[in-house]
Amino acid sequence: MPNPSPALEVEALVKDFGPVSALDGKMVRVLDGVHLRAYPGQVTALLGANGAGKTTTLECAQGLQRPNGGTVRLLGENPFNAGAALRSRVGVMLQEGGLPPSARPLALLNHVAAMYGAPRPVAELADRLGINSYATTGIRRLSGGQKQRLALACALIGNPEVLFLDEPSAGLDPQSRTIVFDLIRELRAEGLAIILTTHLLDDAQKLADYVYILDTGRTVTHGTVADLTADDAGDTYRDLRFQAAPGLGLPAGAFPALTFRETDPGRYSVAGCFTPADLAGLARWWEEAGVLPLSISMQPRSLEDVFLDISGREIR
Amino acid sequence: MSTAAPLAKRILLQGRYEALSMLRNGEQLVLAIALPLLGLVVLVLTPFLDGMADSRIDAATPGIIALCAMSTAFTGQGIATGFDRRYGVLRFLSTTPLGKPGLILGKVLGVVVVLAVQLVVIGTVAVLLGWRPDAAGMLPGLVQLIVGAAAFTALGLLVAGTLRPEATLAVTNLVWILLAVAGGIVLPGTLLPDAMRPFVDILPSSALGDGLRSALIDGAFNLPAFLILAAWAFLSSLAAIRWFKWS
Repeated sequence: MPNPSPALEVEALVKDFGPVSALDGKMVRVLDGVHLRAYPGQVTALLGANGAGKTTTLECAQGLQRPNGGTVRLLGENPFNAGAALRSRVGVMLQEGGLPPSARPLALLNHVAAMYGAPRPVAELADRLGINSYATTGIRRLSGGQKQRLALACALIGNPEVLFLDEPSAGLDPQSRTIVFDLIRELRAEGLAIILTTHLLDDAQKLADYVYILDTGRTVTHGTVADLTADDAGDTYRDLRFQAAPGLGLPAGAFPALTFRETDPGRYSVAGCFTPADLAGLARWWEEAGVLPLSISMQPRSLEDVFLDISGREIR
Repeated sequence: MSTAAPLAKRILLQGRYEALSMLRNGEQLVLAIALPLLGLVVLVLTPFLDGMADSRIDAATPGIIALCAMSTAFTGQGIATGFDRRYGVLRFLSTTPLGKPGLILGKVLGVVVVLAVQLVVIGTVAVLLGWRPDAAGMLPGLVQLIVGAAAFTALGLLVAGTLRPEATLAVTNLVWILLAVAGGIVLPGTLLPDAMRPFVDILPSSALGDGLRSALIDGAFNLPAFLILAAWAFLSSLAAIRWFKWS
């Protein structure tokens, strides 16, 4: 860890919503034991399926929601109803942006900047995020990616020490995505503690130094991307993909350590801790079954595999 | 290290921002300026208020000023806040140094600024039409207007913070029309059917209308009207603090 004291510390966080009339007026527990720590100079990613509690966790950490249990320390303080001094050190990009549709981008950015004692130069940030090309267009007429870049600028303009980004890559085209990702990496190098949520595991794998996986309102696992994708036994976990005729009878019994799946008709995945002997065994099976794969690839375990192993493959 | 701008500056900035947003919005301008001016002209051309003051314009202007306060503080500000809430603007701004108290105070300041613009426009037109308010009533009138605007602002925030924005739009417009016609604001309660009196007399609309009429026609401070407005302001503020939802 580059700095021993965390910028954000969440312990045993509990949050109830409701009462919900559709459920006989009962309270719904959306967070039930989330813990996480985020350090300066690191990107910390919260992963989870829809409804896992990512956004609610961020809202408790930002001081927008009052937790029902547990503790939140943001830069050493309780963020709920915290004073302006703490708020000036924290930048927030909400999932839906929080931008007034009738405002103009540059005017809004200037307005938000003026709330701070020592904001970043507006022109520079607007230029960096390509906002100048739509500086005076009404916000309601902007594309999703344009709004997203403006919301990021509004979160950054106060020169924060902690930056919260709720789904920062949502709606971004490839160009915007490169700009935004480069900026996030640069801010990390400047020493900001960056906490982001995403459901795009590829993004987390590219950006995150440390990952927390949430499921049904709890932290179920956490670690660096390298930790999480490594297997307990070492680094022998592989995902072998091959293409062949659809509907092959899969020889699962012969390979107890491997999981066979037909992910799409004719596309197969064999995942687990391979030995060279397993590979030879697979080749023998292809020989006996008369299968000549169209393509074969092998890769280490991805964050997606880890995530799906934990939160299940069914849609909830 | 990052710091916040001073509190007063943050509130002033937000007040200016809110006022400019309201004044740039066409529908809000109709509600804030055009309809009250129309009402003023109609009341000068018709005999509804005859006998209440030396001239029709003297009788009509205080009620029209009260109507302006209701338009801006309740309907205009309520609708704007309702949509700000829907789009997450309230949540975003409350994470900046502005914060929740600064945001609410900024909205109140925005209402005050727009109300001042309305007073200048309506007052100028009324004076051109022959309005001669009682000079002794200026200070009592201002007090009633401030407490009335506070009551309507709190009511607007209460509606905006508890209903969906579409419902806020419908409710604040409907209530505005009902109170403008039969709420004792432009046409005093004395002109309404007796059966309605006990109900209408305790409405903030009739209290503000009566308070301004007592001040600007007779130069008097209407204590019962003031107490009714103060009670509305106090209770609606408590209710808004208790039930207002930021998201």
